[in-house]
Amino acid sequence: MKLALRELRRRPGRFLAATAVLTVLAVLLMFLGGLLDGLLAGATGAYRAQPADAIVYSTNARESLVRSRIEAPIRDAVEGVDGVAEVGGLGSIQLGARPGSDPDARELISTALLGYEMAPRGLPDEPPGEGQVIADTTLKADDIEVGDTLLLGPARTEVEVVGFVEDTNYAGQTALWASLDTWRSVTEANRPDRVFADDAVAALVVRIDGDASSITEAIDEATEGATDTLTLDAAIEALPGVSQQRSTFNQIIGVTTVIALVVVGLFFALITVERTALYGILKAIGGSSRTLFGGVLLQAVLLALIASALATAAAVALASVIPPGTLPFVVTGQRILTSVVLMVVAAMVGCAFSLRRVLRIDPAAAIGTAS
Amino acid sequence: MTDPALQMTGVRKVYGSGDQEVVALDCDELTIAEDEIVALVGPSGSGKTTLCSIAGGLLQATEGTVEVGGRDITELSASELTDFRRTAVGFVFQTVNLVPFLTARENLLVVDELGGRRSRNGAKAKERADQLLDELGLTDRAGNLSSELSGGQRQRVAIGRALMNDPALVLFDEPTSALDSKLGDQVVKLIRDEMKSRGTAAIIVTHDDRITHYADRTVHIEDGRITD
Ligand SMILES: Nc1ncnc2c1ncn2[C@@H]1O[C@H](COP(=O)(O)OP(=O)(O)OP(=O)(O)O)[C@@H](O)[C@H]1O
Ligand SMILES: [Mg+2]
Repeated sequence: MKLALRELRRRPGRFLAATAVLTVLAVLLMFLGGLLDGLLAGATGAYRAQPADAIVYSTNARESLVRSRIEAPIRDAVEGVDGVAEVGGLGSIQLGARPGSDPDARELISTALLGYEMAPRGLPDEPPGEGQVIADTTLKADDIEVGDTLLLGPARTEVEVVGFVEDTNYAGQTALWASLDTWRSVTEANRPDRVFADDAVAALVVRIDGDASSITEAIDEATEGATDTLTLDAAIEALPGVSQQRSTFNQIIGVTTVIALVVVGLFFALITVERTALYGILKAIGGSSRTLFGGVLLQAVLLALIASALATAAAVALASVIPPGTLPFVVTGQRILTSVVLMVVAAMVGCAFSLRRVLRIDPAAAIGTAS
Repeated sequence: MTDPALQMTGVRKVYGSGDQEVVALDCDELTIAEDEIVALVGPSGSGKTTLCSIAGGLLQATEGTVEVGGRDITELSASELTDFRRTAVGFVFQTVNLVPFLTARENLLVVDELGGRRSRNGAKAKERADQLLDELGLTDRAGNLSSELSGGQRQRVAIGRALMNDPALVLFDEPTSALDSKLGDQVVKLIRDEMKSRGTAAIIVTHDDRITHYADRTVHIEDGRITD
């Protein structure tokens, strides 16, 4: 062990190239992971902020807020189900927005206007007044401040930003939280084909007392199949793009991990070949294969940790220079930890390929002409 | 009377099988007393290295029994042999074989460090290393990397390393063949002094007849057989 550490300290040069490559790979892992986390956060914020356990869509909506519509009788049926503690209406419409100060702006801001009854995390119990919205903080990247107005959609419906709330975006679009009434009038003005009556909403958010999965089933039974109720977690997973983004990124992350594994594997295979004579002597004077391979493993893990530390610093630096609202990149402790664990596991598995070679080195070869 | 340093009885080492069979060693009887220095002389391919390897637990004999310092090592498993080599014998090889990125002193301490946590001597090993370096005239080179040492100094470090575990038997396989004759002479004299002052037994393999003067006894070997 001491031997392995001393080699790292005294001959850093021979580990430099491998450490550099591993650092680049670790940066890539953290960057991809941070991007995925950022994308997912932007896609799911509106749902994660819900104080609810389940979401009720209409059956024809195919688990999407965009197509869903719940009329009053259905809502009554849902409210009558045992175990349903509280029900709130939710409305949504996705529109391009222009700043009120620049009505001819060519670049539209992608927004999702969301009407609510049950206040999501960070929002007031009483929704903002008619024509007012509380915007997600990402809107600040477009230089919008409290008191500014936005012109929504082709009808250029004017709304006033009266506050900000964090981490509530929907489908990658900046969330604008409003009352259901504001939502209905904006929808009516911009999407005449999708008008909602005063007692209709797009979907229901439901707080449940008891076992969520059995009560979601009970809800769909009570509405005689008119609704499609998902637990909040399932609804988040079903949001557009979420599972696709997750699986695409995880595949790239997996490939990157495998590359790290191969780099470590090749590097230590090479180093072990170089050390054949040295290991022969060390075995001859009483070193066990276990001790020697333990040194290889220790070196591999240390390289992975050094690379991870450098990459963490790089990721944190990167996160601090990216202007908010431009690139959906976030650094979380969880993601850093996952990346470090992946690197360390890749290093351990990678250097395991050298185990056989270490075991096969014959101590008798160290002496005289025996080989 | 204490146990002999080495007792080999009916030891044979056969490589290959059938037509390809090579009898590398066929030694009816070899006994080396507790503090005896034996020069082992013979032509190339006669089995000198094979004999040392078997005596030091690097190779298993095909048949026969081997006892080192009274301990029968014939039936030991590979990992028991590893422990045996670390604790009971010393080796000095022909070629330079120090760990290049360690200092002279650290090369001696490697023996202790290889033992793993349980069998470490720690401070005692350091004391012993310093004492050996002093005896070998290497005190002022103790902190130098082995790549910064001369050939003779390296071989002296190797001798120190072989003595770190206070072995019953030290095996030298042509310890001077890489050195010029004057240096070789010095090294052999040093080996003799170190062995005699400790009362440790040694086998010194050599082609060089002058070395045999320093030995208590010379053993000749040819085609794997000891001839006198
Ligand atoms: N691993 C091996 N496989 C097959 N034959 C071997 C092996 N090792 C040694 N031999 C044979 O055993 C015989 C004795 O070899 P050994 O190395 O003991 O000779 P030596 O006396 O040390 O020679 P040298 O003076 O050249 O070092 C030789 O004929 C050699 O070819
Ligand atoms: Mg030989």
